[in-house]
Amino acid sequence: MPGTLKRILTNWLAWVPEHSLSGEIDPMIISIASGKGGTGKTTVATNLCASLGADLRLLDCDVEEPNAHLFLAPEFTKREKVNAPVPEIDETLCTYCKKCMAICRFGAIAVMGRTIVTFPELCHSCGGCTLICPENAIREADRSIGDVESGILPSLRDTGFARGILDIGQVMAPPVIRQVRTHENPDGLTIIDAPPGTSCPVISAMRGTDVVVLVTEPTPFGLHDLVLAVEAVKLLGIPHGLVINRAGMGDDQVKHYAAREGVPILMEIPFDKRIARAYSKGDLLVEALPEYKEKFQSLYRDIKALAENCCQQTVQVAQ
Amino acid sequence: MKELVILSGKGGTGKTSITAAFAGLCSNMMLCDADVDAADLHLVMSPDIRESYDFVGGHEAVINPEKCTGCGRCMDVCRFDAILCDAGSGSFSVDGIGCEGCGVCVDLCPEQAVHFPRKTCGQWFVSQTRFGAMVHARLGIAEENSGRLVALVREEARKRVVAERVDLLITDGPPGIGCPVIASIGQANAVLIVTEPTVSGIHDMERVADLAAHFKIPAMVCINKYDLNPEQATAIEAIAGRKQLEFVGRIPFDPAFTQAMVRGKSVVETHGDSAAGAAVKQIWNKVMESTAMKQDRLC
Repeated sequence: MPGTLKRILTNWLAWVPEHSLSGEIDPMIISIASGKGGTGKTTVATNLCASLGADLRLLDCDVEEPNAHLFLAPEFTKREKVNAPVPEIDETLCTYCKKCMAICRFGAIAVMGRTIVTFPELCHSCGGCTLICPENAIREADRSIGDVESGILPSLRDTGFARGILDIGQVMAPPVIRQVRTHENPDGLTIIDAPPGTSCPVISAMRGTDVVVLVTEPTPFGLHDLVLAVEAVKLLGIPHGLVINRAGMGDDQVKHYAAREGVPILMEIPFDKRIARAYSKGDLLVEALPEYKEKFQSLYRDIKALAENCCQQTVQVAQ
Repeated sequence: MKELVILSGKGGTGKTSITAAFAGLCSNMMLCDADVDAADLHLVMSPDIRESYDFVGGHEAVINPEKCTGCGRCMDVCRFDAILCDAGSGSFSVDGIGCEGCGVCVDLCPEQAVHFPRKTCGQWFVSQTRFGAMVHARLGIAEENSGRLVALVREEARKRVVAERVDLLITDGPPGIGCPVIASIGQANAVLIVTEPTVSGIHDMERVADLAAHFKIPAMVCINKYDLNPEQATAIEAIAGRKQLEFVGRIPFDPAFTQAMVRGKSVVETHGDSAAGAAVKQIWNKVMESTAMKQDRLC
């Protein structure tokens, strides 16, 4: 076991400089979301992860276009299939009573005379048909819709990492996202890189998390989609703050909006070609410009304060 | 009559800015904003809304507390963790955000205490812009069925293109490769993938190109902001060659795109003579000369 021992020792040594921050890490789930795509979610998620020296896991929940691995060189140790259960009919038992067709709201089962057909790609895996069938003629079979890969980040003290990958041509991202989230860290910090938008995939990635960090850019498109994202987060009742990326490139409307709505601005990353170039090569910002490490640690402290303030407020309201 | 769909896989590569620029380069076209989740095209098109409709999506379960006996059957059968039980009163309710609209609890409640009203999940519009008509939509916050709304706006746009004898439908697509993207590409003449010379841009371009190939839609590729990393831009051209994607051009990084956006215009209107403006025009010509765009797919 000398190899393992060496790794433990190396990791411990690599971990020491960050020790000052490690005492501040509590179990918490931070999701990084945006509304508009391409604003810098992955940049914030990966660099935040690289700047904290504690027990943490990074989950890439943008399962349609996962990118975090491109910056972190993970070593995957496990690959799980994500399966969606779909009906399989035993025609020796089926009496063609059509009860399954009637309960299915997604048109995934059709019965005509003595013919029954299923359309697995329309099935939402609600299980209604199996429950309603009076003959027990329907059982559920697995249909693969994607994969979840999990492992460690050897360059970051073996931080935990998992990502979901939706199969090409599949429509249902939420079940893959839910399976990635089974890898959340029960005792430490979890950072979730969410997909863009405001509909079901991003809701699946944000629901039940403790804080949402919304990454935006100071442009009319950035602002418009940020407003929608803030509405979604408010609906979920999760404390949230902003990171303005490429600050200085557009106008001041995002800042005016944040002030008006009382949404705290947690960090600004200026528009800088050195940052854009590092990103284009797959380099971490904190590697290219090490002074950012302190800024991301400070972002973490602000995120934590946001979560704690919100808890205190809730307690006060309850009292 | 033809349809071109602008996609990218990765968000923020410039789909909408390029769609808007193309709109100003075509004399007889219609626009469709198929990114219903985070629609932005209207911000540069200032559409004058002429028709407005509700989008009635799926159903949502609602428990009638007067009929509910608290047996918990709904919670047992719900696969989406959408049934909430109040620990104090023992009463059950539905978390609308979690509800998938499958109706299993509705059908299996022994007291028939679960109602199943249809929900209005958004609006869709037919508008006039300075370049032509535009069909667009707004999906409600945190709503499902974005794929269905995309399919709806595209179908309405395609109907109008045929009825009004419009030459070309330009559809601004959503990011990703999932449900709304799949709904935005079926039956189109071609897809133009706008990518950027970054590791993420390349990774996502390959996924969306595979998706287009899966559905047998011809795909072309252009690179936005190519000079941020010319080596990656060269790599993209090589991948395009390998994947049989027609490569239609490179656009240099230019703050003019953002300046145009701030003014509510397209880059061709505000900076038509710039290098970026010229590159967009060249790409437009190449796209329209491609074999895929020569056939009439809509009639």
